[in-house]
Amino acid sequence: MAASDTAASLFALLPVWLPLLGALLIGASGLPGVFLSSRSRAGERLAVVLHGVGALAVLVGAVASLFVASSPRFELAWSLPFGSFRIEVDGLSAAFLVPLVVVPALGAVYGLRYWSQREHPETGRKLRAFYGVLAASLVLLTIARDGVLFLFAWEGMALSAFFLITTDHDDPEARAAGRVYFIATHVGTLALFALLSIVFAQTGSFGLDALPEASASAGACAAIFALGLLGFGLKAGLMPLHVWLPGAHAVAPSHVSAVLSAVVLKTGVYGLARLTCMLPHPPLYWGGLVLALGAISGVAGVVFAIAQHDLKRLLAYHSIENVGIIVMGLGLALLGRSQGRADWIALGLGGAILHVWNHSFFKALLFLSAGSVIHRVHTREIDRMGGLARSMPVTAALFLCGAVAICGLPPLNGFVSELLIYLGLWKTLAPADGSPVAAAALAVPALAMIGALAAACFVKAFGAVFLGVARRPHEREPVEAPRTMLVPMAALALLCAAIGLLPALAVPFLDRAAATWSAAATAGGGAPVPLRTLAPVGPLGWITVLSAALWVGAAAAVLLLRRRMRVEDDQRVPTWDCGYAAPTARMQYSSSSFAEMLVAIFRWALRPREHAPRLRELFPKSAHHRSHVDDVVLDRWFLPVLRWIARKLLWLRFLQPGRIQLYILYVLIAVLALALSTVPVGELLKGLVPR
Amino acid sequence: MMSDRAVDAAVQPLLLLLLPPLLLGVIVKTKAAFAGRVGAPLLQPYHDLWKLLRKGAVLSRTTTSVFLAGPAITWVAVVLAGLLVPLAGGAAPIRFDGDLILFAYLLALGRFFTALAALDTGSSFEGMGAAREMTFACLAEPALFLGLLALARTSGGESLSDLFGAPIAASWSSATPTMVLVLFGLFIVLLVENSRIPFDDPNTHLELTMVHEVMVLDHGGPALGVVLHGAAVKLLVLSSLVVGLVVPVRVDAAPLRWALFVAATLAVAVAVGVVESTMARLRLLYVPNLLMGACLLTGFGFLLLLGTHP
Repeated sequence: MAASDTAASLFALLPVWLPLLGALLIGASGLPGVFLSSRSRAGERLAVVLHGVGALAVLVGAVASLFVASSPRFELAWSLPFGSFRIEVDGLSAAFLVPLVVVPALGAVYGLRYWSQREHPETGRKLRAFYGVLAASLVLLTIARDGVLFLFAWEGMALSAFFLITTDHDDPEARAAGRVYFIATHVGTLALFALLSIVFAQTGSFGLDALPEASASAGACAAIFALGLLGFGLKAGLMPLHVWLPGAHAVAPSHVSAVLSAVVLKTGVYGLARLTCMLPHPPLYWGGLVLALGAISGVAGVVFAIAQHDLKRLLAYHSIENVGIIVMGLGLALLGRSQGRADWIALGLGGAILHVWNHSFFKALLFLSAGSVIHRVHTREIDRMGGLARSMPVTAALFLCGAVAICGLPPLNGFVSELLIYLGLWKTLAPADGSPVAAAALAVPALAMIGALAAACFVKAFGAVFLGVARRPHEREPVEAPRTMLVPMAALALLCAAIGLLPALAVPFLDRAAATWSAAATAGGGAPVPLRTLAPVGPLGWITVLSAALWVGAAAAVLLLRRRMRVEDDQRVPTWDCGYAAPTARMQYSSSSFAEMLVAIFRWALRPREHAPRLRELFPKSAHHRSHVDDVVLDRWFLPVLRWIARKLLWLRFLQPGRIQLYILYVLIAVLALALSTVPVGELLKGLVPR
Repeated sequence: MMSDRAVDAAVQPLLLLLLPPLLLGVIVKTKAAFAGRVGAPLLQPYHDLWKLLRKGAVLSRTTTSVFLAGPAITWVAVVLAGLLVPLAGGAAPIRFDGDLILFAYLLALGRFFTALAALDTGSSFEGMGAAREMTFACLAEPALFLGLLALARTSGGESLSDLFGAPIAASWSSATPTMVLVLFGLFIVLLVENSRIPFDDPNTHLELTMVHEVMVLDHGGPALGVVLHGAAVKLLVLSSLVVGLVVPVRVDAAPLRWALFVAATLAVAVAVGVVESTMARLRLLYVPNLLMGACLLTGFGFLLLLGTHP
């Protein structure tokens, strides 16, 4: 009896043990390689195996957590300074764990060829070691239920991401992007320190549990919320806190970019979701603010994406857009909580989390296929590519799949999550009391515009990279990516198609997450979202039917038309050139020309810079015209202000002589000062002074 | 009643496939009448399509499989979208909450693949057309959604069949200004989505000035036939939204209802023809302004409702 009881309790704790074990395996995956020769291939293979096993363990744990009634929790009898080692896998954690382990694991396989030890003997071992640490910190911060443990994991993630971004540390561009990232992430961490201090002041513990209503004053809650928006918004890349994101995503190795964009940004979203479920009674303006921030991020992100010439920067701006969409869903859920509307919560949070999944899968797919292209053509400039669908057909098809998904087009997964958010926003129309909440429906046209702009952007990107003919001769004719890189991409594409076809598969996770989120939040009162509220959502069944119809119909139509229009290769003719007799590859419409009208419409926000020569003589020499769109927020707002501050603080430079011993001394002095500050000086003095 | 639904479900797909070319014929005839010409026969588009579908094929050396996938996927997407629309004011064959979003996104899917097929040729003219089409859509889409939002606010529905169903007549009396604004907005969306004047001249002879026609310059034979038919279906589908608005009467008898629908749709085609005959094509630079105007129209229509109690 006792034995079976222990077994049962062990089994009940499985969903929390397995992720912890998996995190350990993943975290250690890159370490053996560090001790092997820089030319040895054993290290990278071992890393992938360990990572894969660890990821599988976490995944099984996450799925298992759905089958236990109360979310499993576990506290290690080991106290961290200030905190405790308390972990728990609740609905919110489980839903985030899935993409958080799937994408890095597939990225690790891809990295076998993309950044192989043989081609990069100097940096390969470092890359793999930090890659494992990053992926493990992601898991740990998702299951941590203690603020201090969370911060440890958060910093582990932030630092290992820094070393991954600067993998190619000889490249000045990478170092610059790494520096911006480093500063941004630590500003965020600072905000989280402040946030946790307020939580501690209010509740007397660092636990990430719902704040008891009695102890939380409205002012403190507002402060916590604002700090959370800053700290987590910086990580998630919400406009205008996205400044670190485009540069970092562009310079990192592509599978690292995939992880950064698909997963690391999502920890910011997770943080926001976790934080909002801690705070009781969100006022109406929180939801409105979050919704508005999401809409701004969404539109601005995609507008900036259209203006990019660098394939990876373009994808990075799309991450800002998609985080915007996710945050819109979160804002809707917050509105639902302040208005006591369970259906808004279910659709808003469900849509947001499904979009977290979807964005992870299709964005990773896009970054990986962009990486395959860059691996072959050795440039990130879209306008130097072209015609690659001919030499890399599989990569092209996979990129196209990601492009359709990210534009939110049926029959792929992006459409499903956007549909849930649309439906939720649509429901805000219903209140007939003339309350201002109906204005939330104005996010609908914003979402529609985001979709149309994204479609324009990906027509541009896919067209310029894969279609037409090569704009300039390649040094070596590009060939299809190796299978080791194609397989992870194909797996991601399958996931995109599967969720688009059978969204009901993800519903248990979404329901559980929405129930957890609203139950924790309404611990003091109010009706939580019951489990299985999303399952009966009518459209999901129809989506399956219509997606299948679309797949079958499209396949049949394409096959029929192809059969009807079969032409032998030697009977093909040149493209109709409108009568011009000598077209060249360079006369194709470039990606910049494609985007020109849209850039002109949004000129007021994008501030494109053009460097056009002024032609003075009658017979001008050859000249160049160049135009580019910088990150307005970073280059026009932040950097000038920061430079000004730096100039004003030059006199402090003597503190920074560049010797690490001295810096450690500073830390020591700071700690000493802190320790001394706890000494009750007044009491002591009182004791000393005789009465 | 049940048989009525069955009749609707059978008639709609048939009409969706067979009626569209007639709309093109009516538009051409209207324009001819304005120009004082006899014009091509009303049924000419059917002959054209039949001829194209039987023709041989010419393909460019540059193109990949995207080139033919474009028209095929676009056609499927548009026809599927057509099944979501309540053509004759009744209920669409496929209806569920949120079908209007699927409707808009199916049209977007078609646009996406048409534009890709255009870029597949590597021709700068076709690239230009694709860029314009995608750019205009970015401003037309919010206008469409704002219009649908306004209708949803008056009818309280979440599917196209609810929005264009019975309460339309009540909405005309309770929210007349909104309905007028939305009608104008949707008509503009109809014109831009189908590349009609003032956004694009389907009859222009200069590649440089075209939008939709230039995207399909290289498509010939059956592929062009599929493109033309798909475009005509799209015209019918979007016209039916306008029809749903302007014909607030809901007739119960199925034959009468469908006859009324066909007549009203042909009237919309005449209206398109009138616009094409009496207006010049806008300069490209002014097109975004007109589209923003459409957004403002439908947006105001929606804002007017925010204060009221539906």
